[in-house]
Amino acid sequence: MAELSYRDAVIAGLAQEMERDERVVLLGEDLVSGGVFKTTKGLYEQFGPQRVWTTPISEQAIPGCAMGAAMTGLRPVAEIMFSDFYATCWDIIANEIAKSRYMSGGQFSLPLVVRSANGGGIGFATQHSQSLENWAMCVPGLKIAAPSNPADLKGLLAAAIRSDDPVLVFEHKALYPVKGDVPDDEHIVPLGAAAVLRRGIDVTLIGLARTVGLCTDAAAELAGSGIEATVLDLRTLIPLDAQAVLTSVADTGRVVIVEENPKQLGWGAGVAAIIAEEAFYDLDAPVTRVAGASVPLPFAQSLEEEMLPSVDEVVDMVQKLVAM
Amino acid sequence: MTRSKTASADAAAEAEAQEGEVTSGDLSLLATMLRMRAFEQRIYDAFSENKLRGPTHLGIGQEAIAAGFGAALEPKDSVLSTYRGHDHVIAVGAPLDQVAGEILGRATGLCGGKGGSMHLASAHHGHYGCYAIVGAHLPIACGVAWSAKLRGTDEVTVCFFGDGTTNIGAFHEALNIAAVWKLPILFVCENNLYMEYTRTSEVTAVERPAADRAASYGLEALVVDGNDVTAVLEVARDAVAAARSGNGPLLIEAITYRQGGHSRADPGDYRKEDEVAEWLTKDPITAYRKALEDRGADPGELDDVQAKAGAEVEAAFESAFGAPFPDVLQAHTDVWADGGSAWRN
Repeated sequence: MAELSYRDAVIAGLAQEMERDERVVLLGEDLVSGGVFKTTKGLYEQFGPQRVWTTPISEQAIPGCAMGAAMTGLRPVAEIMFSDFYATCWDIIANEIAKSRYMSGGQFSLPLVVRSANGGGIGFATQHSQSLENWAMCVPGLKIAAPSNPADLKGLLAAAIRSDDPVLVFEHKALYPVKGDVPDDEHIVPLGAAAVLRRGIDVTLIGLARTVGLCTDAAAELAGSGIEATVLDLRTLIPLDAQAVLTSVADTGRVVIVEENPKQLGWGAGVAAIIAEEAFYDLDAPVTRVAGASVPLPFAQSLEEEMLPSVDEVVDMVQKLVAM
Repeated sequence: MTRSKTASADAAAEAEAQEGEVTSGDLSLLATMLRMRAFEQRIYDAFSENKLRGPTHLGIGQEAIAAGFGAALEPKDSVLSTYRGHDHVIAVGAPLDQVAGEILGRATGLCGGKGGSMHLASAHHGHYGCYAIVGAHLPIACGVAWSAKLRGTDEVTVCFFGDGTTNIGAFHEALNIAAVWKLPILFVCENNLYMEYTRTSEVTAVERPAADRAASYGLEALVVDGNDVTAVLEVARDAVAAARSGNGPLLIEAITYRQGGHSRADPGDYRKEDEVAEWLTKDPITAYRKALEDRGADPGELDDVQAKAGAEVEAAFESAFGAPFPDVLQAHTDVWADGGSAWRN
C-alpha cells in the first residue's frame, strides 16, 4: 500500500495496464510531456513513442483514432483534456463509439477508454468546470466510471481498460491533489459495484466522485446529533448498481442523492426514479436530491461555491427528512 | 501538390499498354461494376414497389471508383465508407444476399437487420463500416491505419467519402493527423459534384474540394477521372503500393457524377437536364464495355458477363426477400460485449 494522490493514481493505473498488455496505447493532447494535469507524467519515458502519442488539438481525431484502433485489435486510452470538450466530439462518442457494436450486429468490439478531467470547485469557470456524466448516461452503449478516491481511480481505470466495452472515465479535477492509500499490487475495481463507505440506519446518502466526500463529511456531522447515515459511492453510473441503492433504501427509508451537475437533469434524477418505482413502500420520506444550481457555473469563488452542492445542504436536507 | 496531369498520363499509358487481349481481370472488373449497378437498380425498384423502408442513397454512376480500388486491395486491407456505401461493401466481396438482406431489414443481413442501408459493415471482409454522419469516419479510418502501423503490419486503409465531407471539421483533423503520424491511409474523395441538393462548387472556396485542400496538410493529391475504371485502377494500385511501403497518406479525388438524386426522396431536379444528359454519356460501365470491345472483346462474352451479374443479383434478392425478419429479442442484444443490453442490476 502506498499513499498516492488521485493524480498519481491515474499514472499508476495506466502503468499497471500498459505493463501487462502491450495493446494498451495512450493518445491525447500534451501526453508526451505528461499532460496538463500531469496524469501521464513519466509514461512516455517508461513506455516509449509507440505507446504514448501526443495529438494535435483535434478533439474529433482523438476519440476517432481510438475507435478505429479499438476495432482492429488495440486497447487505446484517449484523453479529452476537459470533459467540457466532449461537446466538440460528441458525434464520435455518442453516434459512433456508443453504437457501432450494436449497428454492426456485434461485428465490432470497442475496447477503449476515454478519460477526462471533470467537475468544478477550483475556479476554472464555466467552460472547464462542468460535471457531465449525465451527458453520457443518456446514450446506450457507453459505460461510465467516476472515481471518488485514488484507490478506486487506479482500480476502475484498470477495469475500464480491460473492458471490451467503451468506458468514459470522469476524473474529478478538484480531487487530483487528494491523497489516499492505493494497493501497490495489481488492483482492479469491477465496473458496476457500488461501495458502502459507512453504515447507518437513518438515511442513505448517495454520491459520486467529489460528492462522495460531501456525503461522508455530512454523515460525520450528523452522527454528532445522533443521526446515523449510510454512505454509498456509486463508482460507476453504467453499469449502475441499483441493487445496492435499493437494499440500502430498504434499510433506512430515507435517501439524499448528492450530485454536482445542474439539478434540472442529472444522474441523480435517474436514480431517484428507480427508487420511486421500485422502493416506494420502503420510503419514510420523499426521495431528495442535493445538486448543483441550474446555471452555467460562474467564475468568482463566492459565486461558484454557492452554486455547487455543499456539506451544509446535505446535513440540512437530512435533518428535514428525519423531522418529517 | 496536385498530380492530375501525371495521373491522366499514367492512365493513358496504362490504356495503351492494355491494348491487346482482354484478360480475366478485365472481365472481373466489368462484372463487379455490373453487379453494383444491377444491385442498386434492384434497390431502386424495391423502393418503387414500396418493399423497402428508410432512406437509401444510391451510387449509380460512381461504380468505377469502388470497383477500381476494390481490385487494388488485398484481403488484409481495410475499407471505411459513407452512407452511400453499397458499392464499397460489394467491392470488398461481401455476399450479395447478406448485403441485400441488411438493406431489407432481414435477420440474414450483414448486421442482422440492425444497421440498414446506411450502416452496412462486414468485418470479415475488412469493411469497418458505413457511416451516416458526414465526416465521422475519417478520424476513425485514421485509427484503423494507426493500428495497422502500431501492430507492425503493412495493411492499408482506404477511406471513401464524398465532396460534401471536405467542408466539415473532421476532414481537416483527419488529414492533418494522418500526415503528422504518417499513416498508411488513402483518402478517396468521390466527387460527384453535389452535396445533397446543392452543387458543391457553390459552397466551397476552392475548385477541387478535396485535392486543393490536401496541400494544406502536406498531403500529395491525385485527381483522376472517376468514371474511367482503368484510370482509377491504375491510380489505386500505385497509391496502395505507396501506402503499403510506408510512404504515408495520400489523397485521391475521383471526379464522377451521381446519376440520380441524393436519396430516394430526391428526384435531383435542381440539376440542369443537359448536365445530366452529358454525364449519362460518360457512364463508367458503358465506357468500359466499349473500351473492352475496342480491345477485341467478344460482345457475346460481355453480354454473358452482364447476364451473369444480373442473375447473381436477382438470386441474392430472391434469397433476401425470402429471409425472415429479425426476432424482436435481437433488439436487446449486442449493446455490450457480453451480448446483452443490461445497464443496471
